[in-house]
Amino acid sequence: MSLVIQNLTKIYGEQKAINNISFTVQTGEIVGFLGPNGAGKSSTMKIATCYLPPTSGRVLVGGFDVVEQPMLVKQITGYLPEHNPLYLDLYVHEYLSFIGGLYGLRGARLKDRTLEMIELCGLTNEQNKRIETLSKGYRQRVGLAQALLHDPKVLILDEPTSGLDPNQLVEIRKLIKDISRNKTVIFSTHIMQEVQALCDRVVVINKGELVADDTLTNLLRRDGKGITLLAEFEGNVTAQQLSALKGVRQVTVVEGSKFRIATDGETDLRPEIFRFAADNNLSLIGLKQEESSLENIFRELTAQDPTMP
Amino acid sequence: MLQVLSKEFNSFLNSLIAYVVIGVFLLSMGLLVWVFPETSVLDYGYADMETLFSVGPYVFIFLVPAITMRSFAEEKKAGTLELLFTKPLTDWDILLGKYFASLLLVWFALIPTLVYYYSIYRLGNPVGNIDTAGVMGSYIGLALLAAVFCAVGIFASGITPNQIVAFIVAAFLSFVVFSGFDALSTLEFWSANALRVKQLGLLFHYESMSRGLIDARDVVYFISVIFLMLSITKLILGSRQW
Repeated sequence: MSLVIQNLTKIYGEQKAINNISFTVQTGEIVGFLGPNGAGKSSTMKIATCYLPPTSGRVLVGGFDVVEQPMLVKQITGYLPEHNPLYLDLYVHEYLSFIGGLYGLRGARLKDRTLEMIELCGLTNEQNKRIETLSKGYRQRVGLAQALLHDPKVLILDEPTSGLDPNQLVEIRKLIKDISRNKTVIFSTHIMQEVQALCDRVVVINKGELVADDTLTNLLRRDGKGITLLAEFEGNVTAQQLSALKGVRQVTVVEGSKFRIATDGETDLRPEIFRFAADNNLSLIGLKQEESSLENIFRELTAQDPTMP
Repeated sequence: MLQVLSKEFNSFLNSLIAYVVIGVFLLSMGLLVWVFPETSVLDYGYADMETLFSVGPYVFIFLVPAITMRSFAEEKKAGTLELLFTKPLTDWDILLGKYFASLLLVWFALIPTLVYYYSIYRLGNPVGNIDTAGVMGSYIGLALLAAVFCAVGIFASGITPNQIVAFIVAAFLSFVVFSGFDALSTLEFWSANALRVKQLGLLFHYESMSRGLIDARDVVYFISVIFLMLSITKLILGSRQW
């Protein structure tokens, strides 16, 4: 069950929200959908879930067109809308049964699926509470459980981790990873680490235009960008010594004996640097991989207008 | 549609709304029909239920919008409407589910007043001296009137995410379709066509039913107003697709 977006354009009144974008999410793939706020991510997802119609272009979910066969599309899609709307006055199990009923689940099967989802999403202790009493993290789990209840083939998650604390973030990410086996998943996010942790591929849009559609490693390698290491030594080291190491592209001095080492990204240079320090009788007092590389790429791709000075 | 209906109806029962609405309706009707001397059957001395059927519609004008005001307005505000629209449901499923849930609740409020009929039937001299046909016709008229008010309320709730606006619009519109045309017909301006203007309003058809005569024209009139209101609401819901 793939998700195919062909030449999709969406215009609200005068404003062009999405401008002729095309990409495909293959069966079994997890794709991260990135872009700054207002880039058109949510609009794309709303079109793919039959909430809004496209102005032009086509969206096929599992081979069904969202305009011509919305019922079939809705039946195989699980959707977590942005801000995760829920019926706050319902109890967790009651809410899930209601949603299951909408998908045509009945009787024992509905009961089984509801229990299964409650367990899978870690809601066992919360199932008899009203949704309004739950914390944000648990509400997010209810939202995910709701999207997964009918065992959809395609999952569309709009910012599933926004507003969560770091612990909840890790838990929800793990949950998404666990449930996404054998499913086609597309989710939008602002958090780069999340993309690194979950995705096979990244699609980046900016101001309604597609600016990147590639695997993570390719994106990192693009424009000669590799992984950057920060190394700090005790003792005298020169940049030339470090440059001689295999796989180093560029070395810049940050201050004193602290260096920023750009690598080609092919191999992990950290063991090499450690050995270098040992061989030269130096103490390596700091070594870390710079996390910002993906964020830099994101910033570069989505800069307000790259052609302007 | 049935899932939406039962969920809506359950949330009436799980919140205070159902009990407050039924309670207020029965309390005000009970006081008017049995206690206050101005309108009481006991003081009036005739075995009929005129009070219930003439005051009932005005109580409904305030109570029905209170039931229907949240149906779409609340979901719009909370964003859950997007959730419903992305489930395998048609717009009609959602609309009719909500409509019938409100209507059932209003009809529920009406059922206990059948006790009044029994009491007056017993109190008649001789026993049973009551215009049963007229009462039954009036009940059907009142039930249909509630159905129209519910459709108007659902429509008002569909046009705004603000529940208070929905309430006021619904109450005003209900009042206009109920007795507005009747009031208009008294104007000098179209005195030649006064009857035609009067026939546009609900009151004319409601009164004709309370005489105990179920005329197909009246029933068709009620149903077409309901259908018209619901169709406009459907159009408004569908307007997100424009």
